[in-house]
Amino acid sequence: MKLSALQQGYINRRTNSFRGASPLDASVDGGAKSPAAVFWLVFHGLCCLISLVLGFRFSRLVFFLLFSTNLYSTSQLRTATDLSDVLTLHNKVSSSSPPIPQSPPNLTRVVVGRHGILIRPWPHPDPAEVMKAHRIIERVQREQRLQYGVKNPRTIIVITPTYVRTFQTLHLTGVMHSLMNVPYDLVWIVVEAGGTTNDTASLLAKSGLHVIHIGIEEKMPISWEDRHGIEARMRLQALRVVREEKLDGIVVFADDSNMHSMELFDEIQKVKWIGAVSVGILAHLSDSDEELSVVQKEDVGNLPMPVQGPACNSSDKLVGWHTFNSLPYQGKSANYIGDRAVVLPRKLEWAGFVLNSRLVWKEAEVKPEWVKNLDIVAGEEEDIKTPLSLLKDPSVVEPLGSCGRRVLLWWLRVEARADSKFPAR
Amino acid sequence: MKDFRWAFVKLFYFAFLLRIGGAVELGRGQQTERISGSAGDVLEDDPVGRLKVFVYELPSKYNKKILQKDPRCLTHMFAAEIYMHRFLLASPVRTLNPEEADWFYTPVYTTCDLTPNGLPLPFKSPRMMRSAIQLISSNWPYWNRTEGADHFFIVPHDFGACFHYLEEKAIERGILTLLQRATLVQTFGQRNHVCLKDGSITIPPFAPPQKMQAHLIPPDTPRSIFVYFRGLFYDVGNDPEGGYYARGARAAVWENFKNNPLFDISTEHPTTYYEDMQRAIFCLCPLGWAPWSPRLVEAVIFGCIPVIIADDIVLPFADAIPWEEIGVFVDENNVPSLDTILTSIPPEVILRKQRLLANPSMKQAMLFPQPAQPGDAFHQILNGLARKLPYEISISLKAGEKILNWTAGPVGDLKPW
Repeated sequence: MKLSALQQGYINRRTNSFRGASPLDASVDGGAKSPAAVFWLVFHGLCCLISLVLGFRFSRLVFFLLFSTNLYSTSQLRTATDLSDVLTLHNKVSSSSPPIPQSPPNLTRVVVGRHGILIRPWPHPDPAEVMKAHRIIERVQREQRLQYGVKNPRTIIVITPTYVRTFQTLHLTGVMHSLMNVPYDLVWIVVEAGGTTNDTASLLAKSGLHVIHIGIEEKMPISWEDRHGIEARMRLQALRVVREEKLDGIVVFADDSNMHSMELFDEIQKVKWIGAVSVGILAHLSDSDEELSVVQKEDVGNLPMPVQGPACNSSDKLVGWHTFNSLPYQGKSANYIGDRAVVLPRKLEWAGFVLNSRLVWKEAEVKPEWVKNLDIVAGEEEDIKTPLSLLKDPSVVEPLGSCGRRVLLWWLRVEARADSKFPAR
Repeated sequence: MKDFRWAFVKLFYFAFLLRIGGAVELGRGQQTERISGSAGDVLEDDPVGRLKVFVYELPSKYNKKILQKDPRCLTHMFAAEIYMHRFLLASPVRTLNPEEADWFYTPVYTTCDLTPNGLPLPFKSPRMMRSAIQLISSNWPYWNRTEGADHFFIVPHDFGACFHYLEEKAIERGILTLLQRATLVQTFGQRNHVCLKDGSITIPPFAPPQKMQAHLIPPDTPRSIFVYFRGLFYDVGNDPEGGYYARGARAAVWENFKNNPLFDISTEHPTTYYEDMQRAIFCLCPLGWAPWSPRLVEAVIFGCIPVIIADDIVLPFADAIPWEEIGVFVDENNVPSLDTILTSIPPEVILRKQRLLANPSMKQAMLFPQPAQPGDAFHQILNGLARKLPYEISISLKAGEKILNWTAGPVGDLKPW
């Protein structure tokens, strides 16, 4: 009788009637009410009022306190012995259901009724297991890459010009960590202005990557214009190394202050000879507030991030280039490294291009005829602004990243003041 | 002479190496694996030609009119009974001649009486079923011939033909007496339970196939979530303290693993639910008020290994699909050590499970597509029925012999519908 009152509450779940007599249960007939029935009705009403005040159905708590002492183990419940050494049971409650009238002949392991909620004594992650789980995830992802990813991945040859300065550790560590996460074979050619130094070498040694560390004698100049020129020469020097060593793979120009996404390295595996990706330009405007008027700042601030890269027509063929528009920044750009003004990129940056390394080899079997010889190009003293100077015909460039619609890397130049002190490693 | 022998040995050795190399290559590049359960490699069997089904013509008050009153029945998880009827009407296994039929199907939609919230009320279902059986036994002689042993019924509700949503009440009622000899096709499956009789066919709950196909993401998206679950842990409306709902298992999962970064579990309803499942390695499928859940179907479709936490559950098509090799089974009292269990599975085993899940016939077997496709759940039901043929002689009754007691059961069931 008491338990059926409990079960009657379940009908709330379906019929939404608070105390409606279900068609299955026999309803209390309105005839002669025995004192027990009246008492029960009154008691029930009192419990309802108390529940209303308290805000929860406390009758189950009462039953738990009254009935928790009886029947701990029927033969159907698992005993506590195999649990006690590992777990402590919260709410050690036994099943309080009536015996099943048509119980099947074989023993049911599963009992209907109230069960305890098992909580172990220290419900927090175990670091060894977390490591195991991460290894499992890594293995699964490797298998996914094997099945659905690039079939024959080529080696990636990364060319980074750098020099020793305050922010070198900051920038180079960023690039280093990105490269350490690349799932393909990697060769990193680091060209250092002012000759190779131990500082840079020790930083690079931490990566565990295959690094070719070369240096050029000239120091990095102070003005940005000259810096762009020297960087171009450093990259050409690295390309000469690729040519001497006959490194086979895909050449990426990763400047040390740029940010690269992992999808970039997956996408460039598709390049055949020379490809172009979209580069987001993060030309920062801080510290120039005094010079820019408020109106102008709003103008420039509301523009979406400028993007440099290939432009395509509707049939996904390369028709031109999106380049950087430097008009809003006329006269307000930085002139020397450490200048507080905004640093502007060139029209097209080297970072947005990827090459098949065979383009710079002396002799390759299937070298296309539209590529110029590296020595001749590098020998000319004019400023090589982009790898497009290596081509006789710029229309052979393949647009990558769904025709430049996806931005796969971001360009930024941030440097500390030239006289800032920084600790040597 | 000796040179020739040497050359032969070398040739043999190289051939051997190549064969091994080839086999290894196959193993690595192989994306799926064949599925064969205890009944053999039967997922792709074609039931056409192996059995014949006769569909009784019932008045539309048993099927069409009910559906017209509430079209929500087409999208909830018990919609299999309606779609199975439609499939059988158009299928080549259907025969219009009942004399040559092996199986008889009665299209009565017992689960289509829905509350405003969309949950089915089973209170009228026993009377509806009884009335349908009275009709077919008086209008056709085939029921009385065997007292229903060659008839099958689709009862996809919570506890099958016990026709109640509360487990205690369902056990009290037991399977409807008139259905004791028929074959039941139901979603509920638990060993040693009153509401699962021997010879029943367990089917997956209905999940809308187009909705799931619309949320597929590219397969090279790396799986970065270790364990994923979205749903209730405590049923606050009916069981606030916990302990009844899911036999305390879901509450145990929450209390033990809410702080664990490997477990992405919560009660939210994100719009990216299907996409997130495709980025997870393990998906929890714990029991709720009943042991089965549509999460199993979703996990199989999205390639996420199901972790089944329901003691003694019988999974869909258990004789055709080797669930032990595909999913991970965890006892309810082992829930506190779930993280240890899952991290100690060797990676090769996990990769093999993923290969089995990637098998397209596995995914097809869990779905009820419209129109029906080969290998889908409709065909698996027919395959299951075909495997039960040929009948034993004992099922046909002699004239006048009666086994079933037509007046057994609760008094309320005997009222007309």
